[in-house]
Amino acid sequence: MTIAIDARSAGQPSPALRAKRRRQRLTVLAFLTPWLLGVAIFFIYPLIDTVYLSFTRYDLLSPPKWIGLTNYRFMFTKDPQVVQAAYNTLWLVVILVTARVLFGLAVATLVTRLKSGLGLFRTVFYLPALVPPVAGVLAFVFLFNPATGPVNQILGALGLPQPLWFNDPSLSKPSLVMLGLWGVGDLMIIFLASLLDVPKEQYEAAALDGVNPWQRFRYVTLPNISPVLMFAAITGVIAALQYFTEAVVAASVASGQATTGGGNAALLGYPEGSTLTYAQWLYVMGFKNYYLGYASALAVVMFAVSLGVTLILLRRARSLVYGAEGTR
Amino acid sequence: MSIIRGRRRSLAIAAAAAGLALVATGCSSGSTDAGSAPISSAPTKLTGTVTFWHFFTDREAAAIQTAVDKFQAANPGVKVDVKKGQDDEKTIQAIASGQPIDVVLSYSTDQIGKFCSTGAWRDLSDYVKRDGVNLDQIPTVVRDYTQFEGKRCSMPMLSDTYGLYYNKKLLADAGYSAPPKTMSEFSAMAEKLTKLDGNGAIQVAGFVPTFGFYENAAAHFAPSFGATWFKADGTSNIGSDPAWASMFTWQKKLVDFYGYDKLTRFTAGLGQEFSADNAFEKGKVAMMIDGEYRNAFIKAEAPNLEYGTAPFPTDDTKTDLYGAGYVTGNVIGIGRGSQNPEAAWALVKYLSTDTDSVVAVANGIKNVPTTTPALTSPALEKDANYQTFLDVFANAHSTTTPTTASGKAYQDTLGTFAQNWQAGKVDDLAAGLKAVDQQINDQLALGSAP
Repeated sequence: MTIAIDARSAGQPSPALRAKRRRQRLTVLAFLTPWLLGVAIFFIYPLIDTVYLSFTRYDLLSPPKWIGLTNYRFMFTKDPQVVQAAYNTLWLVVILVTARVLFGLAVATLVTRLKSGLGLFRTVFYLPALVPPVAGVLAFVFLFNPATGPVNQILGALGLPQPLWFNDPSLSKPSLVMLGLWGVGDLMIIFLASLLDVPKEQYEAAALDGVNPWQRFRYVTLPNISPVLMFAAITGVIAALQYFTEAVVAASVASGQATTGGGNAALLGYPEGSTLTYAQWLYVMGFKNYYLGYASALAVVMFAVSLGVTLILLRRARSLVYGAEGTR
Repeated sequence: MSIIRGRRRSLAIAAAAAGLALVATGCSSGSTDAGSAPISSAPTKLTGTVTFWHFFTDREAAAIQTAVDKFQAANPGVKVDVKKGQDDEKTIQAIASGQPIDVVLSYSTDQIGKFCSTGAWRDLSDYVKRDGVNLDQIPTVVRDYTQFEGKRCSMPMLSDTYGLYYNKKLLADAGYSAPPKTMSEFSAMAEKLTKLDGNGAIQVAGFVPTFGFYENAAAHFAPSFGATWFKADGTSNIGSDPAWASMFTWQKKLVDFYGYDKLTRFTAGLGQEFSADNAFEKGKVAMMIDGEYRNAFIKAEAPNLEYGTAPFPTDDTKTDLYGAGYVTGNVIGIGRGSQNPEAAWALVKYLSTDTDSVVAVANGIKNVPTTTPALTSPALEKDANYQTFLDVFANAHSTTTPTTASGKAYQDTLGTFAQNWQAGKVDDLAAGLKAVDQQINDQLALGSAP
């Protein structure tokens, strides 16, 4: 009895309580199992395997062979394509993400100002985001075809220059940005929700203080929507680092190589490598040339960069995002 | 206590990581076991199912199916399960993942080195020897591209041979009655055949020289210049063989005649290569390089087109090469996971060496047969345009692209250089080609890193 009292006084749970807690933990674990299995099979295992393969020579058809840091040495010293791919990807991260966030915010702000037809315009601006990426790119390349596209025909009719768009290395990436702006509905809709969620009282108080439109945006709107902006920036950066489908389809269609089988060598990043992204080079090296070990090394570096950029953005977010309490 | 618990946790994490690593390495290891050797004598009766993956679609797939039907009729105990439209990428991944594919048909010889060296396709040598298949009936260039370093893991199943297609009407309108034989004649004709509109835009191109347009690839032009890819020691020869510089110089001169931007704008408005809007079939391009299969496409899509074929012109200093061209072909083999290798081999042997079958498929898809009996068979349907490619195929100077254990990465590296070259982004051709050498050698070294 004394011992029992001592144990309770020392905070030791009774056997019955321990059994109950164990059952609770098992119940929680049982409910978590599907998720844990998913993470283990589809994230942890591939991650470990990728890291391992990055130190091997592996062609998919024969067993991997350990070659140490050779893949990484090749990447950093002997692969000019990866430099171009990294540059193009960085360009897209900076320009595409910035342009999409700003344009999405501008469209959302515009829609909130509408006196009527808000539902209609909200739908119209959001619809392109529902178009499958490949279909959207095909349509864009058709619209911007230098010879037969309606955009150049209109420009020609107006006596304006008719650019080569996706066929011009200096305009191919900006053309992809235009494609991204066209499909900005996904950002616009969350910005719109965030803008509509800004307390009206704050605007009223600001109006009483006599703020101008810029001050109203800077000191009322921005603090309220900054968490959403940061979310858009982080997810946008991660998506841009993995930019693949749009670049591949645009290059393929614009180069006239949208055929399968036979044919001649693939025109990587047409025109002149300007649309070759890091993810595309990874895919080509892994699944076209079957340098799976090297592709794994590329993937590890991309993972590290994505993780690093995300951590930096999150750290910056703590200082930039205005919390619910109105503190920085 | 907490230390012990911490250690246990660390051990558990380490064990889990090691386990995952073991699973990772185990799962990513491809097997090189090519299965059992053939039985000592060919079975008298074949049974079972054979899965057959090939890349053909539509009209061409129908011709393959007809041949398969005949094989099944001759072997009633065998059922062939045909999967059409399967490209190399899919078949390689399927074989790597252990799918029991019996027979595989690839459209390219580029991956033969990989198929043979890794055992992804079974070595057929024992089957060939056992059944007394006469390999001498296969031309040397074809025998070469169907094996790798002495290991015969594939048999040829028809060939693609490249030559010049020209629009007879457009040539006649320009005062020409015969196709060109040298590059200087060719360039002069291409320029004269070109028609511009009032704004200087190209309406009809005598020849589109842009790398990447349709079948314009360095590999396809190389035989006309006698260009060689590799030295005897296996390193790239592109920067050392002056034939490559001649080829790039000729090509750039033609590009400059048109203007790169004008060419880009013109080709952007042309139809896709494998469609009824093909620019040659539409009369928008007067001359082009293409394979013999184009004859069948023209017959189906532009039957009224007045055209002719000829060997592709040669470098002015190498006229002895006239008549030769680029040769490649379809290769057929047995996957390492085959569950019915005897029946699979029977199908491979039938499709690659049975003269009636080879001729029938060649007639169906207008490819070049790859055995001497089929080439000389009276049943082979041929007209003058098709005969050109039979002659190119038989020419002793015709060549193909070398097979390497690293596939076709070396061709893509040169293709990337070619893009920059034709756009005027390369100032020093010789230095550029030397840099290509270095890149290719580095890539090959990575693919065979010890």
